Amino acid sequence: MADYLIKASGLGVVRNGRQILQRTDLTLRAGKIITLIGPNGAGKTTLVRAVLGLIKVDEGNIEKAPDLRIGYMPQKLHIEPSLPLTVARFLALGGKARADLDETLTLTGIEKLINMPMQSLSGGETQRVLLARALLRDPQLLVLDEPVQGVDVTGQSALYALINEIRNRRQCGVLLVSHDLHLVMANTDTVICLNQHVCCEGHPEQVTNDPAYLALFGDAAGLANPPQVAIYTHHHDHQHDAHGNVIKGGAHRHDSSCGHDHA
Amino acid sequence: MPDFLLLALLAGIAVALVAGPLGAFAVWRRMAYFGDTLAHSALLGVTFGLLLDINLNLAIALGCLLLALILVGLQNNRFLATDTLLGILSHSTLALGLICVSVFSENRIDLMAYLFGDILSVSTTDVVSIWIISLVVIAALAWLWRPLLAITVHEELAQVEGVPVTRVRTALMLLMALVIAIAMKVVGVLLITALLIIPAAASRRLTHTPEQMAVVSSLLGVTAVMAGLAASYWWDSPAGPAIVLSATLLFSLTLLKKQQA
Repeated sequence: MADYLIKASGLGVVRNGRQILQRTDLTLRAGKIITLIGPNGAGKTTLVRAVLGLIKVDEGNIEKAPDLRIGYMPQKLHIEPSLPLTVARFLALGGKARADLDETLTLTGIEKLINMPMQSLSGGETQRVLLARALLRDPQLLVLDEPVQGVDVTGQSALYALINEIRNRRQCGVLLVSHDLHLVMANTDTVICLNQHVCCEGHPEQVTNDPAYLALFGDAAGLANPPQVAIYTHHHDHQHDAHGNVIKGGAHRHDSSCGHDHA
Repeated sequence: MPDFLLLALLAGIAVALVAGPLGAFAVWRRMAYFGDTLAHSALLGVTFGLLLDINLNLAIALGCLLLALILVGLQNNRFLATDTLLGILSHSTLALGLICVSVFSENRIDLMAYLFGDILSVSTTDVVSIWIISLVVIAALAWLWRPLLAITVHEELAQVEGVPVTRVRTALMLLMALVIAIAMKVVGVLLITALLIIPAAASRRLTHTPEQMAVVSSLLGVTAVMAGLAASYWWDSPAGPAIVLSATLLFSLTLLKKQQA
């Protein structure tokens, strides 16, 4: 078997005359967690959809390991109130389960929800049910599009811990899209900061110190994220930077609006 | 029971049976307007049938299938919202159909029969072909049941899980076109969607699973057909509208039941 699960190189996507993604590389490997961050409109979801084969790319190519089983957790789930569907039926719609049902239910903590209508679930419960459906395929690759949206801070930590546990236990690759860098970074192997192309990438520590990242998130992150954890860490990093200590040599230079003038 | 009433009953039951599960999907996927558009275009099929001098039922079925395919194609490149697109097609095809029928049929065609159905005049051949199509569509729905539900819940999730989404969706539209072609005889172009939507909506409050909803919807549809035909027989009311109103009555009765999951 190849040493990658999915290897995308030189991806470019143009929609309605607008370049959404350009020259983007992404390699997903077994047992590794990759977190994709970037501002709104950076092309995160587009990249995920391209990797999943849901959209056609205009440039570049995507190689997949043969018979790759992907577990996908979409960002949103809307089920018409007119459709009577219990959690159990929703899980069964994913096809024949390859993983043990009871174990998956316990792992995601949704045993008690199994006979509830899907429409009655809270945001966090829905996310865990979606995760369970992805896990039932016993995936070699888990793709999670903003899995913690609508989940409170404690819930976020728990969900990230769970994803980490799943990775450790099953040795699957994980591609995670997130707005929030800090809580993810605890477990992630590689952070990729995207803004139409890969701005910077590396281990969590490297990325928070990269000028390209700071140009994107620097001040705005402090204002926009109310939870203490996020604000605190950001100020900390920012001050470090202002003292001029830890600026890494970035792969490329950006102007303040993060256009793409490559040095 | 007079023969014409027996034939009408048989035709109506066949249509109501298949309209149950299909109507459930129409409700779950918000396809009511789509059904209207297909139904209105059926009138064009009548025109072509007359012009080309082929079997009218066949012409209607072919017309519906063709429009369903065009709609699938148009929905894939969306520069207009789907309901706008359907609105344009729905009313244009209805207007064109009305003009064509009146110009080309030279009064050989009873327009009202196509608009509101003419179930009391179905022939034995009609009944046989309606039953065959109905059973074929029911079998196809049963065969495609899980993928259809999967794409109804979340198309992209289904696609990642290996469901051929485009093909399944196209199949659903083609099945709908076939059912509209056979339902036209029963309730007419203008009331077909009612026969799909109302029994399905009525069954929602009575059921807990998608399958129950499909079956109960069929049963309610059959009840509406029997009640409508009875009203038509005893009170001489037009059969198609009587069937639809019976379904509405059933729906109203379900509103009395307390909403539950």
